[in-house]
Amino acid sequence: MHRSPALWTAAILTYLFLYLPLVIVVAYSFNDSRLNAEWVGFTWHWYRVLLQDAGMLRAAANSLFIAFVASSAATVLGTMAGIAMQRYRLRLLPIMVLSPVAMPEILLGVSLLLFFIQVLNLTLGMLSVIIAHITFCIGFVAVIVRARLVGMDESIFEAARDLGATPWQAFRHVTLPLILPAVIAGFLMSFTLSLDDFVITFFTAGVGVSTLPLQIYSMIKIAVTPEVNAVSTLLMLLTLTLLLLASRIAPDVLKGRAV
Amino acid sequence: MTRPTISRAHLVKWLVSSPPLLFLLLFFVAPGIIMVVASFRYPGEFGGLAALYSPTPNLPSGLTAEAYRFFFSDPIYAEIFVKSFAVALATTFICLLMAYPLALLMARSPKRQRDLMVLLVIMPFASNFLIRAYAWMIILGPQSALSRLTNDFLLLFHAGPVPLLFSPVAVLVGMVYVHLPFMILPLYTNLERHDPLLLDAAQDLGASAWQRFWRVTFPLSLPGIFAGSALVFIPALGVFAIPDILGGTHDMLIGNLIKEQFLGTRDWPFGSALSILLTVAALAWAGLAAGLARRWRHYA
Amino acid sequence: MALLELRNVTRRFGDFVAVDNVSLAIEAGEFFTLLGPSGSGKTTILRMIAGFDLPDAGQILLDGRDLADTPAENRPVHTVFQSYALFPHLSVADNVAFPLRMAHRPSEEIQRRTQQALQQVRLPGKAAAYPHQLSGGEKQRVALARGLINRPRLLLLDESLGALDAKLREEMQVELIGLQRELGITFVFVTHAQDEALALSHRIAVMNRGRVEQLDEPDKLYGFPRNRFVADFIGNINMLDAQVLENTHGHLQLGIDGLGEVLAPSMPGPMAGGHGLLALRPEQVRIVAGSEDIDLKNRFSGQVRELLYHGDVTIYTVALANGALFKALRPNSTPGRATFFEVGDAVTVAWRHDAGVFLHD
Repeated sequence: MHRSPALWTAAILTYLFLYLPLVIVVAYSFNDSRLNAEWVGFTWHWYRVLLQDAGMLRAAANSLFIAFVASSAATVLGTMAGIAMQRYRLRLLPIMVLSPVAMPEILLGVSLLLFFIQVLNLTLGMLSVIIAHITFCIGFVAVIVRARLVGMDESIFEAARDLGATPWQAFRHVTLPLILPAVIAGFLMSFTLSLDDFVITFFTAGVGVSTLPLQIYSMIKIAVTPEVNAVSTLLMLLTLTLLLLASRIAPDVLKGRAV
Repeated sequence: MTRPTISRAHLVKWLVSSPPLLFLLLFFVAPGIIMVVASFRYPGEFGGLAALYSPTPNLPSGLTAEAYRFFFSDPIYAEIFVKSFAVALATTFICLLMAYPLALLMARSPKRQRDLMVLLVIMPFASNFLIRAYAWMIILGPQSALSRLTNDFLLLFHAGPVPLLFSPVAVLVGMVYVHLPFMILPLYTNLERHDPLLLDAAQDLGASAWQRFWRVTFPLSLPGIFAGSALVFIPALGVFAIPDILGGTHDMLIGNLIKEQFLGTRDWPFGSALSILLTVAALAWAGLAAGLARRWRHYA
Repeated sequence: MALLELRNVTRRFGDFVAVDNVSLAIEAGEFFTLLGPSGSGKTTILRMIAGFDLPDAGQILLDGRDLADTPAENRPVHTVFQSYALFPHLSVADNVAFPLRMAHRPSEEIQRRTQQALQQVRLPGKAAAYPHQLSGGEKQRVALARGLINRPRLLLLDESLGALDAKLREEMQVELIGLQRELGITFVFVTHAQDEALALSHRIAVMNRGRVEQLDEPDKLYGFPRNRFVADFIGNINMLDAQVLENTHGHLQLGIDGLGEVLAPSMPGPMAGGHGLLALRPEQVRIVAGSEDIDLKNRFSGQVRELLYHGDVTIYTVALANGALFKALRPNSTPGRATFFEVGDAVTVAWRHDAGVFLHD
């Protein structure tokens, strides 16, 4: 089809716009200078500082733990939601499942803060963050699982029951194997989202818990050193790997078709 | 007459849909309701919320519309709302202008290339948005190459050095940068579904390249434009971290205001009222977009 | 006792009555077809027999027992779906073995019976293949093997041959008949293709708008349709408005406006003065050149308006004196000549005095 040179130029410029800033962040993480201004020389120094930063390491451990627990729960609940949305056409469920995804994050963060403290009398900490993460991750998993089910011949689930399978047997032998790629992709996406989340975590973490994004934020606000670049680079690497894995396992679902 | 087999199917249906439903009712709907109620209460003595039924007679209790009245009492708050809308609209528009050529190129490329291009769009998405905002701190910082270049350029006209960082421009650039992938993907999804034969038919009937775009491609892409705009505008309304990092003290948006209320001054009723107003604004926009999208749905 | 019985079964969807007080009995070992246009209720009945839907009123009895309490997975009834519904993630062998696995049969029995089933549908070499690697006809056979492996009391087929092209369809029809006769399992077949129904079935129930119009053997349905719908739905037919002049032993005398008197086979019921339709199959109508003489009581002259060449036969549409258009079928059995008549030719159409059926209004 028509791909004029003007189109190519505009497109390449957009790609450059998307990537250049990130390339700079990564590049300067190896820069032998306190300032993010000019290139002085190559060094691993900032990574060494990073690995000795106790606060940072604790935040990283927290992030991974929270991400693991939250995505596991969100995957189970989201898979159930995705199946229910596709098979039972309830009208309430899609609205409730997708709203946390579609609204400004700050609203979710603030309302949960209010809820935890005022109603549940819960001290903000790990639990509140995990619950908050599950809430917004359910929607992503549900959309991915549903997208997988949409393309399939509905009658095979009926056929399973017709041929003698109880509802549980039908799920175990027919539904689950077929949605497994979407379930795994959903888990990986949730993991990524949880690792990267800032706004909601900011409001629900309280003073006790820090995660990587929260650490990055305070570093940016208080004292900017290339240590920020280093931790950013590592975080980017991790989420990139997870996304690539997810796109391998469930290719069509992640090609923007879930949107 | 009893219908036992059907009620077993009903049981399964509720077994599958209730856990997520209950979870969201508890942790999404209930907090929302609490917030609505909170916006109608008095602030507590040490921040937070005052009790609904106060034991001491001289402390305020019960419900009141004070928070909303406070909002309308000072024009500065409405100003911030309008500014946030303006920034979100500008962000959406700029994102659309930048995303369209790329999405068009992607949609018109052969399948192999397309998948790669989509992956290339999603990858920057993999970075935390703080990192993406921070990247612009580097690029727009006073020591950066770009800053020095612009200041040298301005020097030619004897104009003073203009700080690129901590300015409305920086905030806008950061907003566009962070939200761009959300505009590219829905646009691409829509454009990919266009039937190339339509353009051939238009050409056959005498349409020039621009006419083909404006009269065929663009109208058909409207649902994608709406979807992308919704995915950019609504989150953009509520950002606080980007103006916080890239903006100056005068660049406060609704998000910053809300954050201040909840974590700074601890005036929770006011913060809740602001959040409710923000929600209403976001819902109104979403409703408008959905309505328009449904009107034009049969095009694509 | 009939194998499967429907007693006064009704099913409604809101205001729409899909199945309207239907009663019928299906005998063991027969190939029974539900035939009708879309929306006639045939698929709804099938789903109720399978257990995916329950009647709003009436009963469905298998061997005399009401099926209402039995969920689909416990009914000794299996379905071959229109899209075949093969499990894409399982091999052909695993697909066919599925019912046995669900019933927790021992694995060596599963292996043996799967092999047997595949042999029966003539697909022994495809055990390890996956559904997406199969052709339409092969998928059909896997679906059949899967539905039959358990020896169900009934096999339900929902428009299963619909997706196949003409040649393959014919082959599958022959195979289906062979399989059914060989296994002796009762087949309940749903289709809207009347030629298929006529070819495959022992008995056919013609359905229209939720009701059974006529339940009969194929040749009776074709030769003696009981009302206008059945006459029209099955095969091609000519219909002329007729008035009963006389009904005496031996024949029915009918008067046709603009044409004259016509003799039809006698039947109890019609009395002088009654109105109705004379229904005639095109193959019962002989067509000869206008000048030729023909020794049949019912004969009229007309002009060829159209002809449809089908290779083995040609169907001529003839305009009669009263303006009615009549279809006559003539085999192209004369070597060296394609069609006998051209458009515009003057012809005579004629039929026997005992041909045709009189249908009441």
